[in-house]
Amino acid sequence: MDTTQANGRGNPERASISFSVDTFAREEHDHQELGLSDSQVLDMYRNMLLQRRFEERAAQMYGKQKISGFLHLYIGQEAVSTGAANAIRVGRDSVITAYRDHGLGLALGMSADECMAELFGKQHGCSRGKGGSMHYFSKELGFYGGHGIVGAHIPVATGIAFAHKYKEDDGVALCFFGDGAVGQGSFHEALNLAGLYKLPVVFIIENNQYAMGTAIHRAFAETDFFKHAVGYNMPAAVADGMDVFDVYNAITKQVSLARSFQPSILEIRTYRYRGHSMSDPGNYRTKEELDSRKNDDPIIRLKAYIIGRGIGTNEMLDAFDEEVKSIVLRSVEFADNDPFPELDEIYDNVYTQKDYPFLSWQTPR
Amino acid sequence: MANLQLREAIRAAMVEEMERDERIFLIGEEVAEYNGAYKVSEGMLDQFGAKRVIDTPISENGFAGLGVGAAMNGLRPIVEFMTFNFSFVAIDQIINNAAKIRYMSGGQFGVPIVFRGPNGAAGQLAATHNTSTESIYATIPGLKVVAPSNPDDAKGLLKSAIRDDDPVVFLESEVMYGMRGEVSDEADYIIPLGKARIARQGKDVTIVAHSKSYHLAMKAADALVEQGFDPEVIDPRTIRPLDMDSIVESIRKTNRCVIIDESNPFASISSEIAFQIQQHAFDHLDAPIIRITAKDTPAPYAKNLMEFYMPQVSDAVEACRQVMYAN
Repeated sequence: MDTTQANGRGNPERASISFSVDTFAREEHDHQELGLSDSQVLDMYRNMLLQRRFEERAAQMYGKQKISGFLHLYIGQEAVSTGAANAIRVGRDSVITAYRDHGLGLALGMSADECMAELFGKQHGCSRGKGGSMHYFSKELGFYGGHGIVGAHIPVATGIAFAHKYKEDDGVALCFFGDGAVGQGSFHEALNLAGLYKLPVVFIIENNQYAMGTAIHRAFAETDFFKHAVGYNMPAAVADGMDVFDVYNAITKQVSLARSFQPSILEIRTYRYRGHSMSDPGNYRTKEELDSRKNDDPIIRLKAYIIGRGIGTNEMLDAFDEEVKSIVLRSVEFADNDPFPELDEIYDNVYTQKDYPFLSWQTPR
Repeated sequence: MANLQLREAIRAAMVEEMERDERIFLIGEEVAEYNGAYKVSEGMLDQFGAKRVIDTPISENGFAGLGVGAAMNGLRPIVEFMTFNFSFVAIDQIINNAAKIRYMSGGQFGVPIVFRGPNGAAGQLAATHNTSTESIYATIPGLKVVAPSNPDDAKGLLKSAIRDDDPVVFLESEVMYGMRGEVSDEADYIIPLGKARIARQGKDVTIVAHSKSYHLAMKAADALVEQGFDPEVIDPRTIRPLDMDSIVESIRKTNRCVIIDESNPFASISSEIAFQIQQHAFDHLDAPIIRITAKDTPAPYAKNLMEFYMPQVSDAVEACRQVMYAN
């Protein structure tokens, strides 16, 4: 990035800003040139498929009222989560996202069982049935959630990155959020602090074009979100969120900047195939728009690449599909059979202290 | 014992804890190079350096959230608000993130953080700079709320708050920062959270009052003693958890209660204490509980209106006489 700007130290007669951004061409990447082996590519495919089948089944279970509350599906955005998880050191680096979190959880290595059980609100859900769809967490995998308030986790990401730098543990934080979060003050405060303190963080805008039902052009004066990087003195890049290699490549580059304490923005242009949540029929976009986007499906694209390059055969990929379907079916069975939390667990983890004194004053003595 | 101002006692607690634990850092507006807007952190930048005493832009939501993330990732932040009036800009981070992440993550991520700074009325500052926030934060499960009334308590309680593994809202007072008091110089002076202090033993009426209101209670108690009464004064010190055992025990002895709380009255700390007393000591009450609070209005600017807005010693004396049927 090249910036020339008025820096507040004088009063220039004429101020100008020039800004250049890494964008990634839509022509095909070569996985070997990116340093990915054939088996890694197949693993990526399997993982994206797992996310897809998991959520299709979750939607079905929502219809059967096994799952309640909000359920925000990630279908269409799987290249982002899988590309990211492959570009970091899972467990040593940190990841935090908003409420559309199933895909990232599964990409980082959370089990379908714990994820499905959480949706069912059961005892062995990843958050013990306390969080639900929007609040997946895995301390072991460095997954800091799963957050329900739009934009509120962005300052938290700067703090996670701050701690990595403070502890000198060489960790970086990836902070995912949607285009809608760019309208929140927390986004701007967090970016300013990260830029000011030179924190090891990548701010990843998953631009799926819609904040709930509001298309970006109806909500933002500037819809090229990466341009916000100028105001926080950080570099920016734009990637194609329908291409897992492009995401992998872009995040790898931004992560290496972060490791040398250069925060950055990465805008990933992607598309959400389903409604905002299960209660959203998506009437704000046309069938033609949706159909045209489906040709871009990241899983279909990766499949074509694998077959075209002779990395795998149709039979092999079909077998993957059967494999992940059975993992997902087993997770439904696991979640169904898992007991609900005991009623007195409602008091667990409000505080560290188990017999927190205030609680005992709730009832007459 | 050392004779310290409140600000010095708070600083001593932070300095001792930071010397003990490398993971603790102080962050906020003007805490470092300016030495603190109220000089609470004076000298701390020199002692600990810029890595651990960190100035921020005016960005409460940003740096409060930064503190939450740092706490989730193994550090123990002390976040200073220049006043708790400004904490409202960051309230999403305090209420939705700090207080709830342990619960929502099924216990996986704790948030050991202290949010501290002055709270409550501080003179003719008008409505936006005079809010008492304790009832707002104390209603949130997952937070602890501490409001000391003197330098000794402030030091012992702040050290506990910093060592606590859960988020603590630690409420100080602009007008009390210069107040002096004897402070224990015991090497590791800790006052546990959730324990009230019986400031004055008595048998005729129980006065419950925290923070600045405690001093008003003691003046009222002195006046009552002159009038031949024997009041008991309890300083809860911690608002959540609230030491109801001590309060109920006192009511069982005196059978009468006045609560002084400079918050606005509706759904305030005084409401909660009065409710708890009727639930747990109903049969011991010989008179309805009276509370003395700020008026149910925003804080005004005009001198006479502000005096009228705030609880006064005479109000407290009169209330005590009333519950004792002494009029």
